[in-house]
Amino acid sequence: MNRFVPQMFTEWGTVDLNYSALLPEIILSLTGIMIMLVIPFVPTARHVSLGYPALAGIAVAFLSLVATRATWDQRGEAFFYGMVFQDPFALFLKVLFLFATAALVLIAMNYLDQEDRAQGEFYALLLFATVGMCLMAASADLIMTFLGLEILSISTYVLAGLKERERKSNESAIKYFLLGAFSTAFMLYGIAFVYGATGSTQYLIIAKVIPTSESEPFLLLLALGLMLVGFGFKIALAPFHIWAPDVYEGAPLPVTALLAVGSKAAALVALVRILFQALPALSPEWQVLLWMSAVLTMSIGNIAALTQTNIKRMLAYSSIAHAGYLLLGLTAHNELGTQGILYYLVAYALMTMGAFAVVQIVGGRDEQYIQIEDYRGLGYRHPFLSVTLSVFLISLAGIPATAGFMGKFFLFAAALESELYGLVFLAILASAIGIYYYLKVIVLMYMGDFQEETGTLITIPLSLRIVIAIMVLGTIYLGILPGTLLHLASEAVNF
Amino acid sequence: MELIFFYILAGILVTFSILTVTAPNPIRSAVYLISALLSMAGLFFLLEAEFVGAVQVLVYVGGIMVLFLFVIMLVNVREMETQRRASRHWKTAVVLGVVLSSELIFLVVRGADIFSTEGIGSNLIVEAQTRNTESVGSLLYSTYLLPFEIASILLLVAMVGAVVLTMKEK
Repeated sequence: MNRFVPQMFTEWGTVDLNYSALLPEIILSLTGIMIMLVIPFVPTARHVSLGYPALAGIAVAFLSLVATRATWDQRGEAFFYGMVFQDPFALFLKVLFLFATAALVLIAMNYLDQEDRAQGEFYALLLFATVGMCLMAASADLIMTFLGLEILSISTYVLAGLKERERKSNESAIKYFLLGAFSTAFMLYGIAFVYGATGSTQYLIIAKVIPTSESEPFLLLLALGLMLVGFGFKIALAPFHIWAPDVYEGAPLPVTALLAVGSKAAALVALVRILFQALPALSPEWQVLLWMSAVLTMSIGNIAALTQTNIKRMLAYSSIAHAGYLLLGLTAHNELGTQGILYYLVAYALMTMGAFAVVQIVGGRDEQYIQIEDYRGLGYRHPFLSVTLSVFLISLAGIPATAGFMGKFFLFAAALESELYGLVFLAILASAIGIYYYLKVIVLMYMGDFQEETGTLITIPLSLRIVIAIMVLGTIYLGILPGTLLHLASEAVNF
Repeated sequence: MELIFFYILAGILVTFSILTVTAPNPIRSAVYLISALLSMAGLFFLLEAEFVGAVQVLVYVGGIMVLFLFVIMLVNVREMETQRRASRHWKTAVVLGVVLSSELIFLVVRGADIFSTEGIGSNLIVEAQTRNTESVGSLLYSTYLLPFEIASILLLVAMVGAVVLTMKEK
């Protein structure tokens, strides 16, 4: 028996509490609250350094995951009356989210420093957003998924609007908030219908009830559709992607990275859990829907990215396209597909976060240098940034020997295993289009006419330099030796 | 007896709902809405759902409506009275109205058959004969303990967010 589980017997039966399943969430929440409590006592000039306690909290949360790993068995089980899972899948993703947040905190420190902003709340909201993501990854119940999603969404609505004097940031926040609230309503409606049709909100009970239930299949299909709309919005799947470029462009850069990586990954894995654990019986229906959405998402994302002149918008469309590739793993609905999704999420987090970190540094104060044209000749001015950005872009394009290629390879292989030949063909076509706009930036950096410009002196803080270097190494390592991570991912799909 | 009360409450509800939509003055509209919500709470009490009834009064009448009134009083009421009554979006309203009413009719006619009740029993540990508020309370502190606690973080984030967004920069 697990020694972290206090057993209490009350008139309602066993109290099923196991705090070790929630340690990272608890630690991150406490760190966030503590940061907010000390903000009034910190002089405004030193608000930026509040990132260090945030980093410490993330490190402690990570250690807590490592320390409790040995106390539960491989299969994992649900706690708190079937509300959260403690299983390898959740562990894998929580570690990913913690690393992503640590990188985001470092990017945010650079951002707040550059913009000269005294906003210690930035870190607290980042940590709360991570709590939401972790809850979504571990959730075993639709109610928990909804709560996790809302914690994540509300934090990001606020973060997107933090540049209150800038109209674009306000526009971004309002757009995201209104559309987000609307899509949440859709999802909640869907959850209510699932409860109506099955009498439960717990994934495993829903899966058990559906095949034997005599209730109308129409009700469940309606619920499935409504939930897909809600998740589609959060993941920015076509045709619910329209908000993404505007919001990504207007939001402060660390927030854009959070939206592109964290939000997207968390919503996707929550969807994986719902579709695979709760609604596997409906797989013929949702496979068709996801097939269509994947084709639309990949083609719209890649084609629209071709014409962008703003690098933030280009990366926004590119992240839409990548969500499309991830859908291949979902549509395939097999073990390799889930492994592929996990692998690709790690690769995607590395390369996208890395690219955004470089864009943040090049962008400078008030994001002056955010056009793709601004990268002309960067290769001569700043070799470190241009080499690393090239690696990230090559990986995003999916060229061999990078993590992006391996990730795509696993996803496509999974889709082939499920005999989705047409989908794989279209995906390869779409990624071939994608290569053009990624390489365009690289070509511009190295082959564009170089003009000596003043005022583009770039300083990179050591911490960010290290982070970017780690991401580059990770991208290359995963592209050449995918074995270790793939092994971890294959353990994590045991849910 | 119950039936008489139902018709009285339902009548009040429908009347005030119509008045809410048609009243030219937004403040009056809001007050009519309060009355409509109160009679809705009465309907809940009639169904022996005391908890939902009380929450209806506290949250909707007490909280949300006061907020509505505040917002309405901050904007210029006189100007709004002279504006066109029928919204430009009446086509959307008609479509939504048709969808929602067909849904309502469908559920009233077929609802009992299509909503399964088999799983519900296993989820609820509490006996059916205990009082409504008690059952909600014991569920909140047993099965739904975790969501209940997590909701506090959600509320904290929402509160902090509202303050951060409206705070003047130092």
